[in-house]
Amino acid sequence: MDIIKRKKELVKEFSPMLEKTSLISKLWIVVLIAIISVGIYAFYLQFINGHKITGMRDNVVWGIYIINFIFFVGISYSGAFITGVLHFFKGSWKYSIARIIKIITVLSLIVGPIFILLCIGRLDRLHYLFIYPRIQSPITWDIIAIMTDLIGCFIYLYLTFIPDFAILRDTADLKVPRWQKNVYKVLAIGYQDTASQRERLHKITEIMSVMIIAMAIVAYTVLAWIFSLTLQPGWNSTIFAPYFIIAGLYSGVGVIIISMYLIRKIYKLEKYIRKIHFIGAGIVLLIISLLFGYFTFSEYFAKWFSHKTNDEELLNTLFSRYFWEFILANYIGVLVPIVILFFKKLRTIKSITFAAVIAVLGLWLNRYLIVIPTLETPYIPIQDTRPEFIFYTATWIEYALSFAGIAAFILMFKLIMKFVPIIPMSGIIDQERCEENKTNNTTNQVQ
Amino acid sequence: MKNNKIEKSGTNRRNFLRLGFISTITVATGASLFSNLIIEEEPDSSGEKMRLLTPEGKIVEVDATYINKYPEAHITPAESRKGIPDRKFVMVIDLAKCKNARNCVETCQKEHQLDYNEEFLKIQLMQDNKEADPYWFPKPCYHCDSPPCVTVCPTGATFKREDNIVLVDAERCIGCKFCVTSCPYSARIFNWGHKEKFDNKDIPYSPETGIPATEGTIMKCDFCPDMLRQGKLPHCAQSCPMGVIYFGDKNEDIVTNGEETVRFSKLIKERSGYRHLEHLGTKPNVYYLPAVNRQFPLERGFNVDEDIIERYKNVEYVKDLKKQGKI
Repeated sequence: MDIIKRKKELVKEFSPMLEKTSLISKLWIVVLIAIISVGIYAFYLQFINGHKITGMRDNVVWGIYIINFIFFVGISYSGAFITGVLHFFKGSWKYSIARIIKIITVLSLIVGPIFILLCIGRLDRLHYLFIYPRIQSPITWDIIAIMTDLIGCFIYLYLTFIPDFAILRDTADLKVPRWQKNVYKVLAIGYQDTASQRERLHKITEIMSVMIIAMAIVAYTVLAWIFSLTLQPGWNSTIFAPYFIIAGLYSGVGVIIISMYLIRKIYKLEKYIRKIHFIGAGIVLLIISLLFGYFTFSEYFAKWFSHKTNDEELLNTLFSRYFWEFILANYIGVLVPIVILFFKKLRTIKSITFAAVIAVLGLWLNRYLIVIPTLETPYIPIQDTRPEFIFYTATWIEYALSFAGIAAFILMFKLIMKFVPIIPMSGIIDQERCEENKTNNTTNQVQ
Repeated sequence: MKNNKIEKSGTNRRNFLRLGFISTITVATGASLFSNLIIEEEPDSSGEKMRLLTPEGKIVEVDATYINKYPEAHITPAESRKGIPDRKFVMVIDLAKCKNARNCVETCQKEHQLDYNEEFLKIQLMQDNKEADPYWFPKPCYHCDSPPCVTVCPTGATFKREDNIVLVDAERCIGCKFCVTSCPYSARIFNWGHKEKFDNKDIPYSPETGIPATEGTIMKCDFCPDMLRQGKLPHCAQSCPMGVIYFGDKNEDIVTNGEETVRFSKLIKERSGYRHLEHLGTKPNVYYLPAVNRQFPLERGFNVDEDIIERYKNVEYVKDLKKQGKI
């Protein structure tokens, strides 16, 4: 196999993604920037006027910001977990989706923590966390865990980019601006694809893939502890950490399926992202939805069966004020994906994507039901409080910022895809080289 | 006192090690944070010594930083972390006497410059079970001995003092609100927006008064340490017309409501004093005397403004009363 020729072929195949921007995708970028601008304006208003323009009040002090935070960090955690695990699988199929998952991992870990910053009343004092640190506080653990996780994921993503940067650097006829070529040159850090470099890179990637699995689990566990270490009736639960881990995987796999569907459609990558990927991801989603349903059931069932006063109050709130949300999150959001994914006949690309959309929306609502109703039913019943301080409804500011977060996620995804091919070229070459070696070996043995 | 302090921080550190978080984080970061923590707990010694005459007639030499220049002096945030020496403040609330007169709430609001709707002290309408009569239940901050709010604070903006008081330093608070969610008694309130009164810088800020408050930070009942330094009762205890709130020092074993002074231990023993939600293990420093032999009918408590009655509209008992047309 002529590796140089194969590299050229691949660059030729993927270069349109880097070189051209279609009118539709330009329009998309404009729309996304518009949504983000509204979000920035909302943030400006919140910064100037204080949190009184949000729906958060003395009882429900954390609103949809913290829900978005858990949601995005959960996606990132599961992305890290899945890429880490994928690394140890053999086969060419994994290369088509590995990079999508890695990009999801890093981007959601950038977007997520922005939402926790929005919960903070005095952003101008953020540096106090480092000037007056208190290691006893789970928030400090969270900061350490998330920062470590972010750095780890970033390094991992970068490691897998290096060989592709080198290929792009060596392609002279790539029609991209000069600065972009220079960036490739710098980022490729002198990688020449020699055998020893390849082996070293492989070793580092292997170590990092084990490390990011561990880091992601630690980070998400600590995040679950932010809730479960308090005394609040709905939160103080020993299963919260594993429950969050499963919930994170549930939304993460969902988002991966949705992104696979969109990227396949938009960039016409049917050759690489095939039905088998959807079926595989769909079966993983099925297993996780069963686990997630199981955890959700045991969490609420124990509360209902033992009926401590405060748990009972929480359940009453859930089944009165939040009745439809509860049905949508914990029945529809779990059962519909299970039904779609369980029957072989129903497993088409479209239906699997639909199940993923339901799973993701249901999970967001499930997080909402974990955070808000608990804060509305504290140990000491809410009394002697002005009526508008009792219940929480998010204001447009909070929604604007939430949508801005999603828009920023998509925009950054688009920009990264403009910069590096979404299908790792080096991965495909490695795979082919590996297969060739195998055939050579067998032919040698036969001879 | 100094020994006491070191000993206390020693047990804290032991406890903290026992919990074993240290193993889960990177050693380097942990170590640097840890050393920071130790430094923070030891007050700087100025090196300057002062000679004082103790009540026993002995002359002792102490470091100048340990001298409190009260009552006149302004207590800085750093000084307010130490607490009043040799005191263990405690509150006893006699539920049999409370009739929701709300003088405590109003005086507290006035003295802490709070708005009409902001309350450090809330009056709950409690009913222990369906058969029992409801009663009025004043709920300040409980200044717990194992305060969950202090444990979770990431910057040390809220802290436990030697004299039992849990205070908030609004200049240190970043407004993460984790303390609000960790307090099982809902004792904390947040400054959601800017108000004109926050700009009044005539008096320098002290955590002991909490004035002026700051936007985006936490506030709560503080047991009025500025009053305590002057040897006076907290505003709520002073203003209660029924003498519901007793306040005092556990070390001296004395509490008073301004009219009668009683032994704390005897009062709690003889009248079966209890702490609310004892099972949570927070070890509150506010005790309640059960609402037995009530001095006033509960309905007297509804002799308040219409919008205050509105705040109790979700209580079952109030719903019943409304149905019967009694209020």
